[in-house]
Amino acid sequence: MDYVIEMLGIRKEFNGFVANDDITLQLAKGEIHALLGENGAGKSTLMNVLFGLYQPEAGEIRVNGQNVLITNPNKANDLGIGMVHQHFMLVDTFTVTENIVLGNEPKKFGTVNMKQAEQKVRELSEQYGLAVDPTAKIADISVGMQQRVEILKTLYRGAEILIFDEPTAVLTPQEIKELIQIMRALIKEGKSIILITHKLKEIMEVCDRVTVIRKGKGIGTVNVSETNPNHLASLMVGRDVTFTTEKADAVPEQNVLEIRGLSVNDSRGVQAVRDLDLNVRAGEIVGICGVDGNGQTELIEAITGLRKVSSGAVTLNGKNITSYKPRKVAESGVAHIPQDRHKHGLVLDYPIGVNMVLQTYYQKPFSKAGIMNYKEVYKKANTLIEEFDVRTPSETTLARALSGGNQQKAIIGREVDRDPDLLIAAQPTRGLDVGAIEFIHRRLIEQRDKGKAVLLLSFELDEIMNVSDRIAVIYEGQIVAVVDPKETTEQELGLLMAGSKKGAGERV
Amino acid sequence: MSKKWTVLAVPVISVLLGLLAGAIIMIASGNNPAAGYMALWNGAFGDSFYTGETLRQMTPYIFAGLAVAFAFRTGLFNIGVEGQLLVGWLASVWVGVAFVDLPKVIHLPLAISAGALAGALWGFIPGFLKARLRVHEVIVTIMMNYTALHVTNHFIRNVISDGSDATDVVNETASLRSPFLENITDFSSLHNGIYLAVIAAIIMWFMLEKTTLGYELRAVGYNQHASEYAGMNVNRNIILSMVISGAFAGIGGSMQGLGTFGNMFINSGFSGIGFDGIAVALLGGNTAIGVVLAALLFGALKVGSLNMPIESGVPNELVEIVIALIIFFVASSYMITWLLSRFKKKEAK
Ligand SMILES: Nc1ncnc2c1ncn2[C@@H]1O[C@H](COP(=O)(O)OP(=O)(O)OP(=O)(O)O)[C@@H](O)[C@H]1O
Ligand SMILES: [Mg+2]
Repeated sequence: MDYVIEMLGIRKEFNGFVANDDITLQLAKGEIHALLGENGAGKSTLMNVLFGLYQPEAGEIRVNGQNVLITNPNKANDLGIGMVHQHFMLVDTFTVTENIVLGNEPKKFGTVNMKQAEQKVRELSEQYGLAVDPTAKIADISVGMQQRVEILKTLYRGAEILIFDEPTAVLTPQEIKELIQIMRALIKEGKSIILITHKLKEIMEVCDRVTVIRKGKGIGTVNVSETNPNHLASLMVGRDVTFTTEKADAVPEQNVLEIRGLSVNDSRGVQAVRDLDLNVRAGEIVGICGVDGNGQTELIEAITGLRKVSSGAVTLNGKNITSYKPRKVAESGVAHIPQDRHKHGLVLDYPIGVNMVLQTYYQKPFSKAGIMNYKEVYKKANTLIEEFDVRTPSETTLARALSGGNQQKAIIGREVDRDPDLLIAAQPTRGLDVGAIEFIHRRLIEQRDKGKAVLLLSFELDEIMNVSDRIAVIYEGQIVAVVDPKETTEQELGLLMAGSKKGAGERV
Repeated sequence: MSKKWTVLAVPVISVLLGLLAGAIIMIASGNNPAAGYMALWNGAFGDSFYTGETLRQMTPYIFAGLAVAFAFRTGLFNIGVEGQLLVGWLASVWVGVAFVDLPKVIHLPLAISAGALAGALWGFIPGFLKARLRVHEVIVTIMMNYTALHVTNHFIRNVISDGSDATDVVNETASLRSPFLENITDFSSLHNGIYLAVIAAIIMWFMLEKTTLGYELRAVGYNQHASEYAGMNVNRNIILSMVISGAFAGIGGSMQGLGTFGNMFINSGFSGIGFDGIAVALLGGNTAIGVVLAALLFGALKVGSLNMPIESGVPNELVEIVIALIIFFVASSYMITWLLSRFKKKEAK
């Protein structure tokens, strides 16, 4: 077979912690090659080595059979390697074209020739069916579009090999379908792709081969045509994984959360939640499902005190907590796994251990008479790290250095541990591997079985159907239907989410 | 190379590069760099008098550096240390002059507190404007520097005195002067403020690293969204941080008013200490111990430079160039870390 990229025996250490240990990955021309592994297995690290961001301690990299040294990303670009990162690297106030040419501007008489650049961006966009407007500002376009700008950036620089690091984690189901089309178009034009994803369905659908790594070590490469999701999952985790979470029927009791006539404005002052009613009872999981941008985020922010309520009431255990400050909401018994872990969930420049007391740092035993007791903080952190299987070199490692999935597990551990009456979980499994997802789902159900109320927000229909006891469909800021997951189908949910049966569902 | 090592390497290498560049300039201008630096050293530590002067000069630098560093660690850029220092200076001199029959144990702390309070107030205003109206603190603090300069001059001339250019000297009960320190340093102007400066550095370290308040302030500095999510009062913390930073700067002014000069006089321009404080904080990596060391270096350079023209004929402005270059190199620390990593890689191969 002709390989465009060969990474042979790669080893990468961080201060003695081995993130990649003798890993081999060979990418054939014209294939989509999946890189699969648990959270913290070392996938991003391996790709950063290929992209020249990290220097390996051992191993060889070959491009088209030639041994190469990739000392920085520019070198990678020159070799035709482009990367779409897990977290985008775009300048918000620049236009699409300005972002794409940044550092590679076409010059004419010493000035940047924007017209020419725009033309080229437009051509590339059409060639691969990206439908990107070269003159739009980054701040004004959706996350899915921003990702396409990242793709264009690599193509503009002449990439033949594209690395996608968890591209689908941030996308809506519709955007994922479109991305898959785009990847197919890229292959047709002779490109080769390395795709990192935790979604086995996606691998089965688009990939040709999969390389699996576990805890920094290469497990092997298999042909997708000769495998199945269960096999992949067990290769990756090292044990069998169940995909549907077993759970007993819910025995819901009294209302814990009651929302009546809630209206909330979004940041631009436009009404995002309108006159919304919702109940969550003790001992049940209510899943909110809807297309992104229908008021989900604002609803959660309003409950947790992060956003002003314009009218209506939020009651917790019969107590009116409308417009409480976030701290009082938390103290009243609400925990919140936030949707955006980097923005809200963590102080990335604090050690992961210190992040474990982000809401409780002022309470005993972590703080006494205004003095922190970091020994107690780290003690708590260590139990949580252990219990929730957060893979980190140590509790004093900066949160920033943890892999995305492990950051998420840390947050979930922290929130569940506070043993709240109401647990709000917004996209709790975004970016998690199948083993971790199974684990998180079990923890959510465990909370429910302990008689707690759980409000789950997710864009994954599978997750909503699997975990929820009731599904509330949100559309244009209102709950338009409440359905029983056992009696509904993905098709019906899809229709409800699109607003087609608006008003037909029962009111909650 | 561990990360700790790099943290230390950047300022040390910057200082060495700055001195090296200074030597090249001396050679280029026909001077003997060895003689020049010898004169600098003698002028800073050559005998007990010069050492005393260096330590005295270091005192306000420590406070100014701590003020900048404290704000910086909590995510704010306090350019207004100069102004906060001026109002602190005036306030403590005022209290030092106004009360006559107080015992020293009350009068001196009172005068210093007045300095802290005035500086805190001067920091409160930009903090409040930032918290409430999202006005950037850099703009406001720069403006407040000029306000401080003219307000203090006005007070000296029209309120505290009758049209004179300086205030009276503070009463003995509010003075930081120390016969003991003067004696052992051959009658330099070194005063008790140096002890306070070291204590202040310890307080700043303790406050940031050990207290619950420090946990909050740093969290807000790193990530306001996460802090808000965690239930912290972001606006209150922004104001508090500017107030504490201003108080450090204000006490720096007290050092001048109650120690070095014993009074305050009309300033035609800024004292420069507040601005040097930015450099001190930068060189000291915004840590308490770093600020103390950087302040010592700055004190030595400033005081020692006065001896250069006398002993070696090198103009003392050279030191200003060296200081500027040191700052330049620290600011381009990115470049140095990069060079270090290149060097390390060559070694590894
Ligand atoms: N700069 C760094 N310093 C120290 N440790 C690091 C650094 N970057 C990564 N690590 C560690 O290396 C391991 C592998 O991280 P990596 O980001 O490659 O995982 P991943 O496979 O991409 O996981 P995920 O699916 O969660 O994104 C993790 O345990 C992480 O904590
Ligand atoms: Mg990753």
